[in-house]
Amino acid sequence: MSGAGVGRREIGDVILKVDNISLRFGGVKALTDISFDVREHEIRAIIGPNGAGKSSMLNVINGVYTPQQGSITFRGEQRRDMNTHEAAENGIARTFQNIALFTGMTVLDNIMTGRNLKIKSTFIEQAFWLGRARREEIENRKKVEEIIDFLQLQSVRKTPVARLPYGIKKRVELARALAAEPTMLLLDEPMAGMNVEEKQDMCRFVLDTNDQFGTTIVLIEHDMGVVMDISDRVVVLDYGKKIGDGTPTEVRNNPDVIKAYLGAH
Amino acid sequence: MSAPSAEIACDTFPRLLLQHASKRPNAPALREKYLGIWQTWSWAETAAEVRAMASGLAALGFKRGDHLAIIGDNRPRLYMAFAAAQSLGGIAVPMYQDAVAVEMMHVLEDAEIRFAVVEDQEQVDKLLEARESRPQIEHIIFADPRGLRSYDAPGLMSLEALRSAGATFDQAHPGRYEREVALGKTADVSVMLYTSGTTGKPKGVCQSHEAFITAARGGVQFDKLVATDNTLSYLPMAWVGDHLFSYAQFLVAGFTVNCPESADTVMTDLREIGPTYYFAPPRVFESLLTSLSIRMEDASHIKQRLYNAFMKVALRCGSDILNGRAVSAKDRLLYALGNVLVYGPLKNTLGMSRIRVAYTAGAAIGPDLFRFYRSIGINLKQLYGSTETCAYVCLQPDGEIKFDSVGKAAPGVEVKIADNGEVLVRGAMVLKEYYKRPDATAESIDSAGYFRTGDAGVFDSDGHLKIIDRAKDVGHLLSGEMFAPNYIENKLKFFSHIQEAVCFGNDRDHVVAFINIDLTAVGNWAERRHIVYSGYIDLAGKDEVVALIKDCVEKVNAELATEGELASSQIARFLILHKELDPDDDELTRTRKVRRGFIAEKYEPLLSALYSGKTVQHIETQVKFEDGRTGSIAADVKISDAKRLPALGKAAA
Repeated sequence: MSGAGVGRREIGDVILKVDNISLRFGGVKALTDISFDVREHEIRAIIGPNGAGKSSMLNVINGVYTPQQGSITFRGEQRRDMNTHEAAENGIARTFQNIALFTGMTVLDNIMTGRNLKIKSTFIEQAFWLGRARREEIENRKKVEEIIDFLQLQSVRKTPVARLPYGIKKRVELARALAAEPTMLLLDEPMAGMNVEEKQDMCRFVLDTNDQFGTTIVLIEHDMGVVMDISDRVVVLDYGKKIGDGTPTEVRNNPDVIKAYLGAH
Repeated sequence: MSAPSAEIACDTFPRLLLQHASKRPNAPALREKYLGIWQTWSWAETAAEVRAMASGLAALGFKRGDHLAIIGDNRPRLYMAFAAAQSLGGIAVPMYQDAVAVEMMHVLEDAEIRFAVVEDQEQVDKLLEARESRPQIEHIIFADPRGLRSYDAPGLMSLEALRSAGATFDQAHPGRYEREVALGKTADVSVMLYTSGTTGKPKGVCQSHEAFITAARGGVQFDKLVATDNTLSYLPMAWVGDHLFSYAQFLVAGFTVNCPESADTVMTDLREIGPTYYFAPPRVFESLLTSLSIRMEDASHIKQRLYNAFMKVALRCGSDILNGRAVSAKDRLLYALGNVLVYGPLKNTLGMSRIRVAYTAGAAIGPDLFRFYRSIGINLKQLYGSTETCAYVCLQPDGEIKFDSVGKAAPGVEVKIADNGEVLVRGAMVLKEYYKRPDATAESIDSAGYFRTGDAGVFDSDGHLKIIDRAKDVGHLLSGEMFAPNYIENKLKFFSHIQEAVCFGNDRDHVVAFINIDLTAVGNWAERRHIVYSGYIDLAGKDEVVALIKDCVEKVNAELATEGELASSQIARFLILHKELDPDDDELTRTRKVRRGFIAEKYEPLLSALYSGKTVQHIETQVKFEDGRTGSIAADVKISDAKRLPALGKAAA
């Protein structure tokens, strides 16, 4: 009963392009001369063995790290680096490899924090629950409820995150990212540490998100099977260098990739 | 059979709906929690939606006598689909939503389904899969469009589209809907419910408007249900109980049916709605009590002592107070105090504070379980019935509750016991026929119009019916004593540590049992004792767990020793199964009744090991996952002996 549908949506023009990115931490070269692009509405995977520089790449796109060399072109605008706030305002949302949620807060409140940028009312208005604050809260809650429905989190809506199993926490993280109504979603190992069933659920949700909202998705993944099933195109990194780029089939047949990654399988 | 003239017009479900819509258009009919908020459909809105849906179906060519498959969780729009089909003189065929495509095939084919209204993508996928080999499925209408945007299978449409097509059709054919509703006759078949198929292929039970309306009216009068009552519908719509409570009685009494947000939120939704009228199969009450006991064990010392002390009071006098019997002033005072401190908060936590009447049916309920709920003031009662009798044969009258009986014959029902002990039933609620199965119909309805229930029962001195077992399951040990497997299994299942039990003993010299432990309860028990386990198989094989279950089995033996003939049915040997019995593996029916014969065949090596002297047996078993894939698990199952007691007189209890 799969029906994983790649190619159901219209894949658009290039929305994000990174050129010749190099990133060093002191003497350690995390990324060397990486270039690739992401098209609108596609699911783009970045894969590679441990320490290949996948998360660093994501952190460059989303402005956490500033590369020593290279440029990022987002929606036609070229720049040296992103900054995190700008990235968020430009509709880029992300999840983290190690879950970064407010563990003491409920699922609902956690997802609400994803609406942060959508709130325009002032502190005073909110403190006194005045007209605009109230309207906004209702609007935002409605949006959050839609996401809860979408990701089937109804049964844990009021549960503190600390009490949830790992797989659900990952889903809550996705929900919070979706709450920002991103045009581009960066997922850092969304299926890491999950069991088969949780992985299947997550795949379903990633595909549904892409299908329903047309969100462009850049995901880092360890699990080759998952990547090949759901991605439109794949970038392969090894020791901070790009060694492959193309459709899952092309990548699978690329001799360098087989040697560096798949060969070890 | 002379009803007042005002009621004659309301002898079909669509007419009942129209009556409510005209008499009290703004009263709430259906509610569903969606996006975190309870959304309400008034009677007028419900009638309007049904009309649009029916007109839409008519536009697609749905004719009188056509069947409409309805598949999904309990959703207001799916309940409306029943009425829409019936408005056009059609027959609703609800199907179990968790069945896999292969299982659906039989019903889809048998009922010649051309039209289906389903909930979501999951069901659409199954029907599209089924359609590859059953091309007669022409129209698939889905309520939730999620994930279906890019599907372009022919005949696939959303409920929205159906309704707008219906509105157009309605305008083009004014008065057509009214004419169709007026054409309906009370003796027409309104719904076809499939039997659970404990034996052989499921059979379609054809029930008329009259049958279900009679059953519903009887129940409504019996329990004085009114329009302001609230109920939560969460049991499969294909189950006769849900059809009686959430559809027939809903339209007869005009109360409000509330649909939970999802299957996982039932407990929360129950608390929010606080139903006044509630029904659940025993296993729901059982799992509630299990989770309650677990939470009590984790509670603080003071709370535990309070709970234990006042539960003693409740068990002593609670059910007598509920039954209106004489209770000493001291006990009354203590009970009132307990109500404030323990029972009240407990009922509130369970979402049962407002319950006036709660029913359980579908399987026998353990007397201790039953006693527990009644003692804390929940008016839990049993009813007895089956798909073929609209779940309406016997009801327990208020104030005359006996733990071991299912009550008296319901108003309008004749019940008698055949010579072989089988319960026979006659009345308007007996099925019209099994669909396309004249042989089965003739076999189950005798010349005098009595339906053979297949259950073995006896009437006690007060005219209460006591069901012992399935008539065909009642067997004999080699020594000639009666062996009623269900009876023993139910005793075992009352222990919170035991999820499921299967007993064997017919034509054998002693009784043996397969046991499924309850993963939640035993898991918690193990955690408390620092017993490390990785999953069900591992836990089931632990020596400590075997000892725990052995203790339960021996307690049951002690009880059986006091029950005359049944004393020889004491369990000699038992084992804990290495996997949970599951409907997906055909071990349980969809209504979770054990299929004893099938299990005996499937686990033949285990069964013969039980009857030999072995203490361990290796077994490999195929399992089916929910997505239809199969795998296999292997385990070494330990077999233990249980102590049996000599038969005792009743007084010793």
